Amino acid sequence: MESLYAVTTGVLSACGLFLTLRGRTFPVVVGLTLLSYAVNLFLFSMGGLTTDGAVIVDGPSDYADPLPQALVLTAIVIGFAMTAFAVILAMRARGDLGNDHVDGEDNREDRAS
Amino acid sequence: MIQHLIVLPIVLPLVVGIILLRGRGGATRPKRIIGVTATVLLVAISIALVAQAASGEVTYYALGDWQPPFGIVMVLDRLSALMVLLTSLLALGCVVFACGGDDEQGSNFHGLFQWQLMGINGAFLTGDLFNLFVFFEVLLLASYALLMHGGGKARIQAGLHYVVLNLAGSALFLIAVGVLYGATGTLNMADMAQRLASLPAERAGLVSAGGLMLLVVFGLKAAILPLYFWLPKAYAAAPAPVAALFAIMTKVGIYAILRVYHLVFGDQAGALAALDQPWVWWLALGTLVMATLGVLSARDLRLLVAYLVLISVGTLLAGIGMRSEAATAALLFYLPHTTLVTGGLFLLAELIGKQRGKAGTRIVKGRPLYNASLLGVLFLLGGAAVAGLPPLSGAIGKALLMQAASAEQQLWLWPLLLLAGLGSLVALSRAGSTFFWRSHEGEPSGQPLAKRQLFGVTWLLAAAPLLVVLAGPVSDYAQATAEQLGEPAVHIRALLPETTDGDEA
Repeated sequence: MESLYAVTTGVLSACGLFLTLRGRTFPVVVGLTLLSYAVNLFLFSMGGLTTDGAVIVDGPSDYADPLPQALVLTAIVIGFAMTAFAVILAMRARGDLGNDHVDGEDNREDRAS
Repeated sequence: MIQHLIVLPIVLPLVVGIILLRGRGGATRPKRIIGVTATVLLVAISIALVAQAASGEVTYYALGDWQPPFGIVMVLDRLSALMVLLTSLLALGCVVFACGGDDEQGSNFHGLFQWQLMGINGAFLTGDLFNLFVFFEVLLLASYALLMHGGGKARIQAGLHYVVLNLAGSALFLIAVGVLYGATGTLNMADMAQRLASLPAERAGLVSAGGLMLLVVFGLKAAILPLYFWLPKAYAAAPAPVAALFAIMTKVGIYAILRVYHLVFGDQAGALAALDQPWVWWLALGTLVMATLGVLSARDLRLLVAYLVLISVGTLLAGIGMRSEAATAALLFYLPHTTLVTGGLFLLAELIGKQRGKAGTRIVKGRPLYNASLLGVLFLLGGAAVAGLPPLSGAIGKALLMQAASAEQQLWLWPLLLLAGLGSLVALSRAGSTFFWRSHEGEPSGQPLAKRQLFGVTWLLAAAPLLVVLAGPVSDYAQATAEQLGEPAVHIRALLPETTDGDEA
């Protein structure tokens, strides 16, 4: 399970990073979303992965660390709100600047026309 | 009441912000009164906090009375009290200035402003790494909205870069916090510091990775060399009172670097102590060089002031990079000066721009100013202070810092710091002579200055002469703060009395 978990987190963050570095706002927003998923998964695993353990301390040996679960909940809420804000901002930028390039102007289009 | 004092700088802006949300309409008179009153109250609270912290005792407030390391704590020591006081003083100037008309350009200015203060104060007071993240998010969310207050193409574009960069930064922050929690099993900074002392050797790599990732995040907030490119555009595009308040935002990053790398990665951390030092020192010097070039090449006063903020960041970080008690004391003396004066210059730039009609703040020949002599004197005062000319406060701060450098560090710091001062002086005198002397013939344009705006500017710029008059007490306090920072053991013992006693027994 550990390796599957690690690969999933890695692939998500790699895709997220790649998309965040794109030039248009839509891929950037999708990339940020993927990045926040990856981070949430990572946070979730930071207390160590346990299967079939009780969430609350249920004896000295077999329990899942409850703190990361509380943290990841906070992180999800904040990440979700931020994504919503970024989407609205990207739409506003598209409307105000006339295109969806992150720099507000697309040089390739200028050259073509 | 007195035992709840520590949490008040967070609760007060939160409650006031919620009250101010009522009614989406533009700024009305009651909103302004509430906003200014709350900020005045905040100044009073933070003065009380400084008085409480000045004794040298580290006090904390456990929310819900859950004792550390399990609960959420707000910690008050000299450094956090100083930062909160500085924030409230800066905020008072900004909010009064905004009442002169800037708050009417969009909705909810005063509410967002209070929440911004809540985030900043929270970041200064928290004793927990995850809550530092939460308060960073609070202050960032408010700053996103404030940055774009009033709208316009330049703001939207600068805002987009700012938001995307900071979202990526937040992701990195969470990863770093996750790594550190995974390796040490705690998020409380004092507890983490204690556990690092007895860290198993195989986890040292993990912790140093987490610690350096934190440095990247704080560096992004503080705008250190490879991470500062968002700053000039964003600050130049922001509305004046917001840009002035943002002068404290870079200092949040600097505070976080000071706090984390003195407390968590302090002397007790063994091989992991002073993890940041080699990076911060060289990158700070690089920041100084780039910022000086930026100041010299800026064609707009607001951009110029934004680069002046960067110079101050480079100077402060160089002080952190030296990592000695004298250097920390010097940078803590320089910090209030630079925050208040650059904030005041942002406000002043707005006033100058308004009176020059179409030319605005661009450094070109324009129409003569209506209040040329008054604004000119203020500009001279602010410019001389920020460039570090005696007898104003900038000179004292820089002299203290240069004195604190060791012989090897002096070789790098002295020329760079002095050249940065010279660069600012050249750029500012060019800008000033263009604004005030090289104007077209003709009638002066613009309206007379609004009293509130003038008050905001004078309030902030008055820091320059006042810090000279009060140089004795302020530098004593800075010295005491540096001593306190250099002794993380005292801090840890105040928060975790039982566990430390257990270890000794």
